[in-house]
Amino acid sequence: MKTIEDLVTEHAAFRDLDAAQRALVAGCGRNRSFRDGEVLMREGEDANEFFAIRKGRVRLSVHLPERGETVIETLQEGEIVGLSWLFPPYKVRFDARAIGTVHTISFDGKCLRGKCDADPRLGYTLMKSFAGIMTSRLQSTRLRMLDVFGAPGGAAAD
Amino acid sequence: MAAALHAAAEHTLPQFMRVRARRQELADTWTLEIDPGGPFEFLPGQFNMLYAFGIGEVPISISGDPARPERLVHTVRAVGRTTQALAALGRGARLGVRGPYGAGWPLDAAPGADVVVLAGGIGLAPLRPALYRLLAERARFGRVSLLYGSRSPQQLLYASELRRWRSRFDIEVEVTVDTAGPEWRGNLGVVTKLLRRSSFDPANSMVLVCGPEVMMRHVATDLAGIGVPPARVFISMERNMKCAVGFCGHCQYGSAFVCRDGPVVPLERLERLLGVREL
Repeated sequence: MKTIEDLVTEHAAFRDLDAAQRALVAGCGRNRSFRDGEVLMREGEDANEFFAIRKGRVRLSVHLPERGETVIETLQEGEIVGLSWLFPPYKVRFDARAIGTVHTISFDGKCLRGKCDADPRLGYTLMKSFAGIMTSRLQSTRLRMLDVFGAPGGAAAD
Repeated sequence: MAAALHAAAEHTLPQFMRVRARRQELADTWTLEIDPGGPFEFLPGQFNMLYAFGIGEVPISISGDPARPERLVHTVRAVGRTTQALAALGRGARLGVRGPYGAGWPLDAAPGADVVVLAGGIGLAPLRPALYRLLAERARFGRVSLLYGSRSPQQLLYASELRRWRSRFDIEVEVTVDTAGPEWRGNLGVVTKLLRRSSFDPANSMVLVCGPEVMMRHVATDLAGIGVPPARVFISMERNMKCAVGFCGHCQYGSAFVCRDGPVVPLERLERLLGVREL
């Protein structure tokens, strides 16, 4: 049976951490699974937890009164659900819901923030990894804003 | 001189052909099956100039199966006067066809390598002949992956074929859309994200890319980031092609004429130019 440390070692989000750092991070984690449709986190809740997806797919959405649940993005194996635990006011901004069965490592954000404050090297390495994730999501969002598949262009616009 | 002019005229004279069948793919996109009147040989990735009489002529990629030269297939997105006229051609209607033109996908360039086919939107049409050939000659390649991004689930081109390919065990098919409702159980996000999830070997793969130019620029950056050599990446360029034989210069892109030197070109040849805004 795999330990949480093994699962952290296997996960793409923690590949830049050394063994000692992974052990520290694993100390704040536990195994959690979700059934189809189950909510991992809900907008407005305290952001004290985040998830590293091991298997399955999660949709991030926001509820709009006039449109109901509006999906923003899907995340899957190797990705992180929840970034709001890193910064004040530590509030969840979007709903996260399982599509099918989802297996995760769930992390106590408060616990990890404490370890990062106590060990700046861990804090820097982890922050660098999460900055990469945030940059990638920002770039993806900007690209989607362009609606490149909607607009005709080039020779097609005869 | 006269001989050269004669040869040029031969290359630029359309043949008259008739539409054999027409199928609506999407709200603004139709596939025309054209009777070429005999075998119409082409390379995956090549294009024809299609002429709607009295309206105009446009370059459209061939989207059919190269192993079935008796069926000439084009998928047309109706976005302007000529493409609207072409898309409206019913069974038996006549059109002008000249081609095939240009360089195709170099499927023989990397025997045994993994092949990634990355398409965005209507960009799947020029790649479909390559997919047919890859699947027909499956044993010659390593892993084969199709990564396809579209605007929404309703805008997925060749949806039934995508389902069929997904059910095969010898090709990985990953689809993502930009927007969808909560009933969509697939990926939602940019197509470039699929690259990081796919299981190909970056150091021993060939990547074929077709889609909007901004998508291809981002794909190029991401492929470099995961270690795919630019020499193994091929993109299909879209430019304002008129003569299609490298005479008129309308499709000039740096030192290349897209109609003659492309539309499929190695990324390493055009990578620098992709960032030049004036081109």
